[in-house]
Amino acid sequence: MRSETGFDPALYDRFPTKEPRPEGEEEELRRIWCKPKGWEYLTVVNNNYVGIYYLGTAFLFFLMAGVLALLMRAQLAAPMLEILPQATYNQVFTMHGTVMMFLFAVPAVEAAGVLLLPQMLAARDLPFPRLSAYAFWAYAVGGLCFFASIFVGLAPDGGWFMYPPLTSKAYSPGINTDFWLLGIGFIEISAIAGAIEIIVGVLRTRAPGMSLDKMPIFAWAMLVFAVMIVIAFPSIILGTLLLEIERAFNWPFFDAARGGDPLLWQHLFWFFGHPEVYIIFLPAAGMMSMIVATVAKTELVGYRLIVLAMLATGFISFGVWAHHMFTTGMPPMTTGFFSAASMAVSLPAGLQVFSWIATLAIGQRSFNAPGLFVVGSIVIFVTGGLTGVMVAMVPFDWQAHDSYFIVAHLHYVLIGGMVFPLFAAFYYWMPMVSRRALSERLAKWVFALMFAGMNIAFLPMHLAGLQGMPRRVYTYLPGQGFELPNLVSTIGAFMLGLGVLLFLIDLARNFRLAPGGGNAGNVYDGATLEWLPSELYSARSIPVVRSREPLRDDPRLAGDVAKGRHFLPGSATGHRETIVTSPLLAEPQYLQIMPGPSAWPFAAAVFTAGFFLALTVQAYSFAWVSAILAVVSILRWLWETDRPVRDEEVDIGAGIMVPTYVTGPASHGWWTMVILLVVMAMIFIMALFSLAFLASNQPAFWAPPPSMAAGLPIYFLYGAAFLAALAARPLLKRDARWPVGLFFASAFAAGSALWLDWTGWSAAGLAPQASGQGAVIAALQALQAFAVGTGLLMAAYCAARVARGLMTQPRSNTVDLAMLFLCYTAAQGLTGALFGRAIGMT
Amino acid sequence: MTSRTEPLAAGGWPPPVLDPAGPFAESVTTLAWVLLLGGGAVLVIVLAMLGIALFGPPRLKTRLGGERAIWALGFAFPAVVLTGLLIWGLTLTSSLSATRVAGDAMRVKIIGEMWWWRVHYQDADGREMLRDANELHIPVGRPVLLELEAADVIHSFWVPRLGGKMDMIPGRTNRLLIQADAPGIYKGQCAEYCGGPHALMGFIVVAHSPADFARWRASRLPESAGAGRGLALFLSSGCAACHTIRGTPANGLAGPDLTHVGSRRTLGAGILPNNPGTMAGWIADSQAIKPGNRMPAYHQFSGDELRAVSDYLVTLK
Repeated sequence: MRSETGFDPALYDRFPTKEPRPEGEEEELRRIWCKPKGWEYLTVVNNNYVGIYYLGTAFLFFLMAGVLALLMRAQLAAPMLEILPQATYNQVFTMHGTVMMFLFAVPAVEAAGVLLLPQMLAARDLPFPRLSAYAFWAYAVGGLCFFASIFVGLAPDGGWFMYPPLTSKAYSPGINTDFWLLGIGFIEISAIAGAIEIIVGVLRTRAPGMSLDKMPIFAWAMLVFAVMIVIAFPSIILGTLLLEIERAFNWPFFDAARGGDPLLWQHLFWFFGHPEVYIIFLPAAGMMSMIVATVAKTELVGYRLIVLAMLATGFISFGVWAHHMFTTGMPPMTTGFFSAASMAVSLPAGLQVFSWIATLAIGQRSFNAPGLFVVGSIVIFVTGGLTGVMVAMVPFDWQAHDSYFIVAHLHYVLIGGMVFPLFAAFYYWMPMVSRRALSERLAKWVFALMFAGMNIAFLPMHLAGLQGMPRRVYTYLPGQGFELPNLVSTIGAFMLGLGVLLFLIDLARNFRLAPGGGNAGNVYDGATLEWLPSELYSARSIPVVRSREPLRDDPRLAGDVAKGRHFLPGSATGHRETIVTSPLLAEPQYLQIMPGPSAWPFAAAVFTAGFFLALTVQAYSFAWVSAILAVVSILRWLWETDRPVRDEEVDIGAGIMVPTYVTGPASHGWWTMVILLVVMAMIFIMALFSLAFLASNQPAFWAPPPSMAAGLPIYFLYGAAFLAALAARPLLKRDARWPVGLFFASAFAAGSALWLDWTGWSAAGLAPQASGQGAVIAALQALQAFAVGTGLLMAAYCAARVARGLMTQPRSNTVDLAMLFLCYTAAQGLTGALFGRAIGMT
Repeated sequence: MTSRTEPLAAGGWPPPVLDPAGPFAESVTTLAWVLLLGGGAVLVIVLAMLGIALFGPPRLKTRLGGERAIWALGFAFPAVVLTGLLIWGLTLTSSLSATRVAGDAMRVKIIGEMWWWRVHYQDADGREMLRDANELHIPVGRPVLLELEAADVIHSFWVPRLGGKMDMIPGRTNRLLIQADAPGIYKGQCAEYCGGPHALMGFIVVAHSPADFARWRASRLPESAGAGRGLALFLSSGCAACHTIRGTPANGLAGPDLTHVGSRRTLGAGILPNNPGTMAGWIADSQAIKPGNRMPAYHQFSGDELRAVSDYLVTLK
């Protein structure tokens, strides 16, 4: 067997160990990973708690958005009803879509990842427990405040897609739209934080021996999901930022009369918005693949095909966004490309569906609760997929677009592709987190009502669409044939609601949280590691993984693991810790010391939410105070990390020694910073795209940029900023003050370059309010200013740590990460300076 | 004039998308039927496979349970079908594209407004000939090239029986070809959410035989502005600030041109039949009929005054 890191795979043969474990080892683990008491439930960071909070909150949003749907169906049950007045209805349909997509679907699958992945990979926790806690609290506080806007009539009413100019200040003067832009923009940041955590968790904290080809399909799905978030979400973050700036400061990004373009928003929105659909679908498909194999009591057929299909879906999904724009008057060449890509993306879905069917075919038939939802999901999802192929045909889409046909299509895809799998997952994994499983008898009723209700609600909508009923209408005129399909849809919707209500009753009766052990156990006979006996620290010891379905292939594994016969049977350092392994073959590399519970992530989340909400209601002084407190809280939480460790090397079981402090490209911190920089780069690239898009669509408004040659001092300063930051890492050996000085120098050089750049543009006569070009150039400068400011803050943070003697030497993760960030800042500034001058150059 | 469908009482089966009235809608309908029936057939096949997987004989189950079956059914079969569809779709898209406009097409500019439509008839050189609102008159058997624009936010023009939809986007002019082959009234509606009463932003297309169309055109040329108490009230009560009646001092531009309002078949942008009663009701309280529309309610009119204004307006044929 080949080795990735120089680790000798023969060492795995030492497990399971034979010697008895020392007395008190398990008690120490329990003490270190102790249960919270009282207020400590707010400061927990352990994935068992945060995952449950997260999933519970997401499900709460599902219920609330579902109630909104029922209100809409009541209003549409007959023509010209007045149950919901027009203005309320417009808020309700906007909130239904927004909440389902942003506050339910993405957080729910992310929460499932937080809850399941550490157990499934046999890690003690995710690599950044405090970041998970921050992401959760930011989402929960921000999301609930955002939702509350509907109770005071201030909810956004521009549709979940928020097309300007309807959402511009001129046509939406109220703060409703700002709630959406700031609330959702902010929740995206939380989603990205979760995604970064999931990528690093999946690639670096798998149990030893769990090479990529032995990884559970769900982990693959979450990996692709998280990478897609990192690439897609920056686009909507930039979009919401630009639209909010247009509203607040009158910079005309989307105003056609001043050289902006409303279509720019549509590109930014859908570049996020369509991958978003697969972002929701892939984790659910991953759950399906896990559940279907267990339900059929067999191995998943086509594991490699499914992995391939998921990678292909992720890739192709970035080439389909404009199929939401077939009616905007794009040339046939363009629509043809997006039509072809939209059809191509259905092929990997076909591979997955037939893999599930194949698994069912070779396995045993069993209609337990997860089994029912799996089969129901396949039926619904395939139907939605077929109508998806229909609307991928451009001429048919010209008829179907923005009609109820699309409403039917998207609900089939999302309910079949995400909601039913999620319910299957609720039933399937409930015994892992609860002392009792859910009722199989009630489950049949839940399924029957949901399946029938879903079809009765959404099948007639295809017809309503073909009859000419547009979407997003608060009522309709009688006499167009809309009455019957709408009434039937309403009846179906309430059946679906009844099914969910029954599920809630079951939940109330049987769900008893069991995070500290004593769960219902492996009811369905699952074969992956989350079914090991576990407590808050996950499994007692971290097993060597030798196959894809370790529990089925080694019936003694569970017992050995519980007796501490595998890796890390106790705590090696007296802290919370997990083993960091190599990305491909999962060879143990080092022991990561993990942070424990802390109030600071909670405080940081509350203040971050406070900042965005205060901006929405234009309480600017409160906003700035919140922002400063949020930054202080984050710095305070970081302050406790990256400390020197007493033992440089420790025994992680069977005499295998690994280091406890690793810096450079092998460390999980380095990986995280690189992913964060990818996010920042994507935001910046989308801003550059915006500039190029406006230049080609609004050439009449384009002013000649300053000359390339005049920018030489700028390029030079950015180059200097890059080199200064780069030099910090090797010079740390000499003296901890070296990197601090160099970081300040780098940030000042970048700041000066930015200032020169901006004065150059001002001298060329560009003003942000005057034209789309001016607005985007100013936005690029603002992004750069944010990066420089953050770099400066990092330099100051390093200075403070050196002053307090907390900087480790000769290597330090803190210095590594600041170095990466400042190098990136310089590169971003240089790119922006060159690109801005190149676009429209004469 | 013959009319095959009534604008406010259409519906039922066949649904408009599957009931084309002109060549541009017709080719899409053929495609729609193929997609609906083909999609249904594929659904049946997949369900049959699922049925076999669950309940079938072991021999078939084994064949279904391998990677070859996954490739064949999940990839090869859809790939072949989709390739065929894609080629058809691409061909059809370019044949329907308004860039290949027939030389004899009539040209009309339609501008979407928050929550109604301006209709500007143009001559062959693009000069404006006639203004109207919320209703488009066309001759049968002749392609009509629509130039679609937006005055405020994004709207979308959609008359399902005559063709697909096309967005109206501020700062752009989109082109759409429609054609009706039989005289009649074809209902349309704004398909892009445009805020407020988007649900009540309707539209009708009236297709005439060539002779009827010529008569209609001729009837539009004289400006029969009328006179009397109704006009005086119209001018003195603020109506003229937003509405134009050519031949009178009323020259407002914010709302629909009312020069021929009496001959329109609908009021409020396709939502009410047009008669003296509905006209009076609309003037008195359009906000109750179409909440959020830009016309204020005229509660200040006495019943008598209201009758005078509405009687006057319905005479503007």
